[in-house]
Amino acid sequence: MKYELIMIAIMALTTYVIRMIPLTFYRKEIKSIYVQSFLYYIPYAVLASLTFPYILYACDSMVAAGVTTLILMVLSYKGLKLFEVAMIGIVLVYILQLIIL
Amino acid sequence: MTFSSGLKKGLPIALGYFPVAFSFGALALSSGLPIGLASLISLTNLTSSGQFAGLTLILHNSSYLELMMTMIFINSRYFLMSLSLSQKLKPTMTTWQRMIFSFGVTDEVFAVASLEEEKLSFEYCLGLITLPIVGWSLGTLCAELFMGLLPLSLQNAMGIALYGMFIAIIVPPSCQHKEILEVVIVSATVSIALFYIPIFQSLGSGILLIISSCIGALYGAIRYPREGGIE
Repeated sequence: MKYELIMIAIMALTTYVIRMIPLTFYRKEIKSIYVQSFLYYIPYAVLASLTFPYILYACDSMVAAGVTTLILMVLSYKGLKLFEVAMIGIVLVYILQLIIL
Repeated sequence: MTFSSGLKKGLPIALGYFPVAFSFGALALSSGLPIGLASLISLTNLTSSGQFAGLTLILHNSSYLELMMTMIFINSRYFLMSLSLSQKLKPTMTTWQRMIFSFGVTDEVFAVASLEEEKLSFEYCLGLITLPIVGWSLGTLCAELFMGLLPLSLQNAMGIALYGMFIAIIVPPSCQHKEILEVVIVSATVSIALFYIPIFQSLGSGILLIISSCIGALYGAIRYPREGGIE
Protein backbone atom coordinates (compact mmCIF):
# COMPACT_ATOMS: atom_id res chain seq x y z
CA MET A 1 0.00 0.00 0.00
CA LYS A 2 2.88 2.37 0.84
CA TYR A 3 4.44 1.68 -2.57
CA GLU A 4 1.19 2.49 -4.38
CA LEU A 5 0.76 5.76 -2.47
CA ILE A 6 4.32 6.91 -3.25
CA MET A 7 3.79 6.03 -6.93
CA ILE A 8 0.56 8.04 -7.01
CA ALA A 9 2.30 11.00 -5.36
CA ILE A 10 5.06 10.89 -8.00
CA MET A 11 2.47 10.76 -10.79
CA ALA A 12 0.54 13.70 -9.37
CA LEU A 13 3.58 15.89 -8.66
CA THR A 14 5.27 15.29 -12.02
CA THR A 15 2.07 15.99 -13.92
CA TYR A 16 1.36 19.15 -11.93
CA VAL A 17 4.85 20.63 -12.22
CA ILE A 18 4.82 20.19 -16.02
CA ARG A 19 1.54 22.12 -16.21
CA MET A 20 2.45 24.72 -13.63
CA ILE A 21 5.89 25.96 -14.68
CA PRO A 22 5.12 27.56 -18.06
CA LEU A 23 1.74 28.92 -17.01
CA THR A 24 3.01 30.46 -13.78
CA PHE A 25 6.45 31.71 -14.71
CA TYR A 26 6.22 32.64 -18.35
CA ARG A 27 4.89 36.20 -18.33
CA LYS A 28 6.41 37.69 -21.46
CA GLU A 29 4.43 38.36 -24.58
CA ILE A 30 5.72 36.15 -27.41
CA LYS A 31 6.58 38.45 -30.31
CA SER A 32 7.47 36.15 -33.23
CA ILE A 33 4.44 35.51 -35.41
CA TYR A 34 5.81 32.05 -36.25
CA VAL A 35 5.95 31.02 -32.58
CA GLN A 36 2.52 32.61 -32.01
CA SER A 37 1.10 30.72 -34.97
CA PHE A 38 2.72 27.48 -33.81
CA LEU A 39 1.05 27.84 -30.42
CA TYR A 40 -2.24 28.75 -32.11
CA TYR A 41 -2.25 25.53 -34.15
CA ILE A 42 -1.11 23.28 -31.27
CA PRO A 43 -4.59 22.44 -29.88
CA TYR A 44 -5.87 21.27 -33.26
CA ALA A 45 -2.67 19.33 -33.92
CA VAL A 46 -2.75 17.66 -30.48
CA LEU A 47 -6.42 16.68 -30.66
CA ALA A 48 -6.03 15.32 -34.20
CA SER A 49 -3.00 13.26 -33.11
CA LEU A 50 -4.79 11.99 -30.00
CA THR A 51 -7.78 10.86 -32.05
CA PHE A 52 -6.23 9.24 -35.10
CA PRO A 53 -5.74 6.30 -35.31
CA TYR A 54 -6.46 5.61 -31.61
CA ILE A 55 -10.23 6.06 -31.92
CA LEU A 56 -10.31 2.83 -33.94
CA TYR A 57 -9.04 0.94 -30.90
CA ALA A 58 -11.33 2.59 -28.36
CA CYS A 59 -13.68 -0.39 -28.16
CA ASP A 60 -13.69 -4.10 -29.04
CA SER A 61 -14.72 -3.81 -32.69
CA MET A 62 -12.66 -1.71 -35.12
CA VAL A 63 -15.55 -1.74 -37.60
CA ALA A 64 -17.96 -0.36 -35.02
CA ALA A 65 -15.41 2.29 -34.02
CA GLY A 66 -14.72 3.26 -37.65
CA VAL A 67 -18.39 3.59 -38.59
CA THR A 68 -19.05 5.56 -35.40
CA THR A 69 -16.13 7.89 -36.17
CA LEU A 70 -17.59 8.78 -39.57
CA ILE A 71 -21.06 9.37 -38.17
CA LEU A 72 -19.69 11.52 -35.32
CA MET A 73 -17.72 13.62 -37.81
CA VAL A 74 -20.90 14.32 -39.79
CA LEU A 75 -22.85 15.13 -36.60
CA SER A 76 -20.11 17.53 -35.44
CA TYR A 77 -20.18 19.18 -38.86
CA LYS A 78 -23.95 19.61 -38.44
CA GLY A 79 -23.23 21.53 -35.22
CA LEU A 80 -24.02 19.06 -32.40
CA LYS A 81 -22.46 19.90 -29.03
CA LEU A 82 -19.57 18.07 -27.30
CA PHE A 83 -21.76 16.21 -24.86
CA GLU A 84 -24.29 15.14 -27.49
CA VAL A 85 -21.55 13.80 -29.75
CA ALA A 86 -19.90 11.88 -26.87
CA MET A 87 -23.19 10.30 -25.74
CA ILE A 88 -24.32 9.40 -29.28
CA GLY A 89 -20.89 7.81 -29.75
CA ILE A 90 -21.41 5.50 -26.76
CA VAL A 91 -24.90 4.49 -27.94
CA LEU A 92 -23.74 3.90 -31.54
CA VAL A 93 -20.79 1.74 -30.50
CA TYR A 94 -22.99 -0.20 -28.09
CA ILE A 95 -25.60 -0.96 -30.78
CA LEU A 96 -23.07 -1.66 -33.54
CA GLN A 97 -21.15 -4.04 -31.29
CA LEU A 98 -24.34 -5.89 -30.43
CA ILE A 99 -24.89 -6.40 -34.16
CA ILE A 100 -21.30 -7.21 -35.14
CA LEU A 101 -19.89 -9.22 -32.24
CA MET B 1 -15.34 36.12 -18.51
CA THR B 2 -17.16 35.38 -15.22
CA PHE B 3 -17.04 32.32 -12.95
CA SER B 4 -20.42 31.14 -14.20
CA SER B 5 -19.50 31.50 -17.88
CA GLY B 6 -16.50 29.29 -17.10
CA LEU B 7 -18.68 26.74 -15.32
CA LYS B 8 -21.00 26.64 -18.32
CA LYS B 9 -18.13 25.93 -20.70
CA GLY B 10 -16.81 23.26 -18.34
CA LEU B 11 -20.05 21.30 -18.08
CA PRO B 12 -19.87 19.43 -21.42
CA ILE B 13 -16.22 18.61 -20.67
CA ALA B 14 -17.23 17.17 -17.29
CA LEU B 15 -20.01 15.11 -18.84
CA GLY B 16 -17.63 13.82 -21.50
CA TYR B 17 -15.05 12.96 -18.84
CA PHE B 18 -17.41 10.97 -16.67
CA PRO B 19 -17.55 7.81 -18.81
CA VAL B 20 -13.80 7.92 -19.53
CA ALA B 21 -12.97 8.33 -15.85
CA PHE B 22 -15.44 5.54 -15.17
CA SER B 23 -13.61 3.26 -17.57
CA PHE B 24 -10.33 4.12 -15.82
CA GLY B 25 -11.85 3.12 -12.48
CA ALA B 26 -13.23 -0.06 -14.01
CA LEU B 27 -9.82 -0.95 -15.42
CA ALA B 28 -8.03 -0.22 -12.13
CA LEU B 29 -10.50 -2.27 -10.13
CA SER B 30 -10.42 -5.23 -12.49
CA SER B 31 -6.60 -5.21 -12.42
CA GLY B 32 -6.64 -5.54 -8.66
CA LEU B 33 -5.71 -2.05 -7.43
CA PRO B 34 -6.96 -1.61 -3.84
CA ILE B 35 -10.31 0.16 -3.76
CA GLY B 36 -10.14 3.95 -3.41
CA LEU B 37 -6.73 4.34 -5.05
CA ALA B 38 -8.12 4.80 -8.56
CA SER B 39 -10.27 7.70 -7.34
CA LEU B 40 -7.25 9.18 -5.58
CA ILE B 41 -5.30 8.97 -8.87
CA SER B 42 -8.09 10.67 -10.82
CA LEU B 43 -8.47 13.46 -8.26
CA THR B 44 -4.74 14.21 -8.10
CA ASN B 45 -3.70 13.64 -11.72
CA LEU B 46 -6.56 14.74 -13.95
CA THR B 47 -5.15 13.25 -17.14
CA SER B 48 -6.28 10.19 -19.08
CA SER B 49 -3.22 8.87 -20.91
CA GLY B 50 -0.87 9.62 -18.00
CA GLN B 51 -3.11 7.79 -15.55
CA PHE B 52 -3.56 4.74 -17.75
CA ALA B 53 0.22 4.54 -18.22
CA GLY B 54 0.88 5.15 -14.51
CA LEU B 55 -1.58 2.44 -13.54
CA THR B 56 0.21 -0.05 -15.78
CA LEU B 57 3.56 0.83 -14.19
CA ILE B 58 2.17 0.48 -10.66
CA LEU B 59 0.78 -2.95 -11.52
CA HIS B 60 4.19 -3.93 -12.95
CA ASN B 61 5.97 -2.83 -9.75
CA SER B 62 8.13 -0.39 -11.75
CA SER B 63 10.71 1.86 -10.13
CA TYR B 64 10.00 5.42 -9.03
CA LEU B 65 12.44 6.78 -11.61
CA GLU B 66 10.84 4.90 -14.49
CA LEU B 67 7.44 6.19 -13.47
CA MET B 68 8.71 9.75 -13.31
CA MET B 69 10.39 9.57 -16.73
CA THR B 70 7.25 8.10 -18.28
CA MET B 71 5.06 10.80 -16.75
CA ILE B 72 7.36 13.53 -18.06
CA PHE B 73 7.28 12.07 -21.58
CA ILE B 74 3.56 11.43 -21.74
CA ASN B 75 2.56 14.71 -20.14
CA SER B 76 5.09 16.93 -21.87
CA ARG B 77 2.34 18.12 -24.22
CA TYR B 78 0.90 19.98 -21.22
CA PHE B 79 4.09 22.00 -21.14
CA LEU B 80 3.33 23.27 -24.65
CA MET B 81 -0.32 23.86 -23.80
CA SER B 82 0.50 25.79 -20.64
CA LEU B 83 3.05 27.85 -22.54
CA SER B 84 0.41 28.63 -25.14
CA LEU B 85 -2.17 29.49 -22.45
CA SER B 86 0.30 31.77 -20.64
CA GLN B 87 -0.19 34.13 -23.58
CA LYS B 88 -3.96 34.14 -23.12
CA LEU B 89 -4.15 35.05 -19.42
CA LYS B 90 -4.97 38.55 -18.22
CA PRO B 91 -1.70 40.14 -17.08
CA THR B 92 -3.35 40.94 -13.74
CA MET B 93 -3.51 37.27 -12.75
CA THR B 94 -1.35 36.63 -9.67
CA THR B 95 1.17 33.82 -9.22
CA TRP B 96 -1.14 31.93 -6.85
CA GLN B 97 -4.04 32.19 -9.28
CA ARG B 98 -1.87 30.90 -12.09
CA MET B 99 -0.70 28.00 -9.90
CA ILE B 100 -4.30 27.05 -9.12
CA PHE B 101 -5.50 27.22 -12.73
CA SER B 102 -2.53 25.21 -14.01
CA PHE B 103 -3.70 22.14 -12.06
CA GLY B 104 -6.73 21.92 -14.36
CA VAL B 105 -5.06 22.30 -17.76
CA THR B 106 -6.22 19.20 -19.63
CA ASP B 107 -6.47 18.70 -23.41
CA GLU B 108 -10.13 19.77 -23.44
CA VAL B 109 -9.82 22.63 -20.96
CA PHE B 110 -6.92 23.89 -23.03
CA ALA B 111 -8.89 23.59 -26.27
CA VAL B 112 -11.86 25.50 -24.87
CA ALA B 113 -9.76 28.17 -23.11
CA SER B 114 -7.43 28.80 -26.02
CA LEU B 115 -10.31 29.26 -28.44
CA GLU B 116 -11.85 32.07 -26.35
CA GLU B 117 -11.76 35.45 -28.05
CA GLU B 118 -10.85 37.52 -24.98
CA LYS B 119 -8.00 37.32 -22.48
CA LEU B 120 -8.87 34.93 -19.64
CA SER B 121 -9.77 36.13 -16.13
CA PHE B 122 -9.06 34.05 -13.02
CA GLU B 123 -12.78 33.72 -12.26
CA TYR B 124 -13.44 32.25 -15.70
CA CYS B 125 -10.48 29.87 -15.44
CA LEU B 126 -11.56 28.65 -12.01
CA GLY B 127 -15.11 28.08 -13.28
CA LEU B 128 -13.82 26.26 -16.33
CA ILE B 129 -11.74 23.70 -14.40
CA THR B 130 -14.20 23.06 -11.53
CA LEU B 131 -16.72 20.74 -13.18
CA PRO B 132 -14.14 18.77 -15.20
CA ILE B 133 -12.27 18.01 -11.93
CA VAL B 134 -15.55 16.94 -10.28
CA GLY B 135 -16.71 14.90 -13.30
CA TRP B 136 -13.35 13.18 -13.68
CA SER B 137 -13.02 12.21 -9.99
CA LEU B 138 -16.67 11.28 -9.63
CA GLY B 139 -16.56 9.07 -12.74
CA THR B 140 -13.77 6.98 -11.26
CA LEU B 141 -15.40 6.89 -7.83
CA CYS B 142 -18.67 5.64 -9.35
CA ALA B 143 -16.79 2.91 -11.16
CA GLU B 144 -15.17 1.77 -7.93
CA LEU B 145 -18.53 1.74 -6.18
CA PHE B 146 -20.97 0.54 -8.83
CA MET B 147 -19.08 -1.07 -11.68
CA GLY B 148 -20.37 -4.52 -11.06
CA LEU B 149 -23.90 -3.39 -11.89
CA LEU B 150 -23.22 -2.44 -15.53
CA PRO B 151 -23.18 -4.91 -18.43
CA LEU B 152 -19.68 -5.44 -19.83
CA SER B 153 -20.72 -4.43 -23.36
CA LEU B 154 -21.82 -1.00 -22.12
CA GLN B 155 -18.61 -0.46 -20.12
CA ASN B 156 -16.70 -1.29 -23.26
CA ALA B 157 -18.66 1.14 -25.45
CA MET B 158 -17.83 4.03 -23.08
CA GLY B 159 -14.25 4.11 -24.35
CA ILE B 160 -15.40 6.02 -27.42
CA ALA B 161 -16.74 9.03 -25.45
CA LEU B 162 -13.47 10.91 -25.10
CA TYR B 163 -12.69 10.61 -28.80
CA GLY B 164 -16.22 11.72 -29.65
CA MET B 165 -15.49 14.93 -27.75
CA PHE B 166 -12.22 15.45 -29.60
CA ILE B 167 -14.04 15.11 -32.93
CA ALA B 168 -16.72 17.58 -31.82
CA ILE B 169 -13.95 20.07 -30.96
CA ILE B 170 -11.87 19.84 -34.14
CA VAL B 171 -14.43 19.29 -36.90
CA PRO B 172 -16.38 22.60 -36.84
CA PRO B 173 -13.33 24.94 -37.04
CA SER B 174 -11.78 22.64 -39.66
CA CYS B 175 -14.81 23.16 -41.87
CA GLN B 176 -14.55 26.94 -41.54
CA HIS B 177 -10.80 27.44 -41.83
CA LYS B 178 -8.71 25.82 -44.54
CA GLU B 179 -5.48 26.28 -42.54
CA ILE B 180 -6.89 24.48 -39.48
CA LEU B 181 -8.19 21.66 -41.70
CA GLU B 182 -4.70 21.24 -43.18
CA VAL B 183 -3.07 21.21 -39.73
CA VAL B 184 -5.55 18.55 -38.61
CA ILE B 185 -4.94 16.43 -41.71
CA VAL B 186 -1.14 16.69 -41.45
CA SER B 187 -1.16 15.83 -37.72
CA ALA B 188 -3.56 12.93 -38.15
CA THR B 189 -1.59 11.54 -41.10
CA VAL B 190 1.73 11.71 -39.23
CA SER B 191 0.12 10.20 -36.14
CA ILE B 192 -1.33 7.30 -38.16
CA ALA B 193 1.99 6.75 -39.96
CA LEU B 194 3.99 6.69 -36.70
CA PHE B 195 1.49 4.31 -35.18
CA TYR B 196 1.70 1.75 -37.97
CA ILE B 197 5.43 1.98 -38.82
CA PRO B 198 7.03 -0.64 -36.57
CA ILE B 199 10.31 1.19 -35.75
CA PHE B 200 8.48 4.02 -33.98
CA GLN B 201 6.45 1.80 -31.71
CA SER B 202 9.20 1.47 -29.11
CA LEU B 203 9.07 5.24 -28.54
CA GLY B 204 5.87 5.16 -26.49
CA SER B 205 2.59 6.93 -27.10
CA GLY B 206 3.55 10.20 -25.36
CA ILE B 207 6.56 10.80 -27.63
CA LEU B 208 4.58 9.87 -30.75
CA LEU B 209 1.94 12.40 -29.77
CA ILE B 210 4.53 15.16 -29.35
CA ILE B 211 6.17 14.38 -32.70
CA SER B 212 2.95 14.37 -34.72
CA SER B 213 1.44 17.44 -33.09
CA CYS B 214 4.68 19.41 -33.42
CA ILE B 215 4.90 18.53 -37.12
CA GLY B 216 1.26 19.53 -37.64
CA ALA B 217 1.58 22.84 -35.79
CA LEU B 218 4.94 23.61 -37.46
CA TYR B 219 3.35 23.00 -40.85
CA GLY B 220 0.59 25.47 -39.98
CA ALA B 221 3.00 28.09 -38.62
CA ILE B 222 5.21 27.99 -41.71
CA ARG B 223 2.50 27.67 -44.34
CA TYR B 224 -0.08 29.99 -42.72
CA PRO B 225 1.60 32.31 -40.20
CA ARG B 226 -1.00 34.60 -38.69
CA GLU B 227 -0.85 38.06 -37.15
CA GLY B 228 -1.78 38.01 -33.46
CA GLY B 229 -1.61 34.19 -33.49
CA ILE B 230 -3.25 33.13 -30.26
CA GLU B 231 -5.68 35.95 -29.64
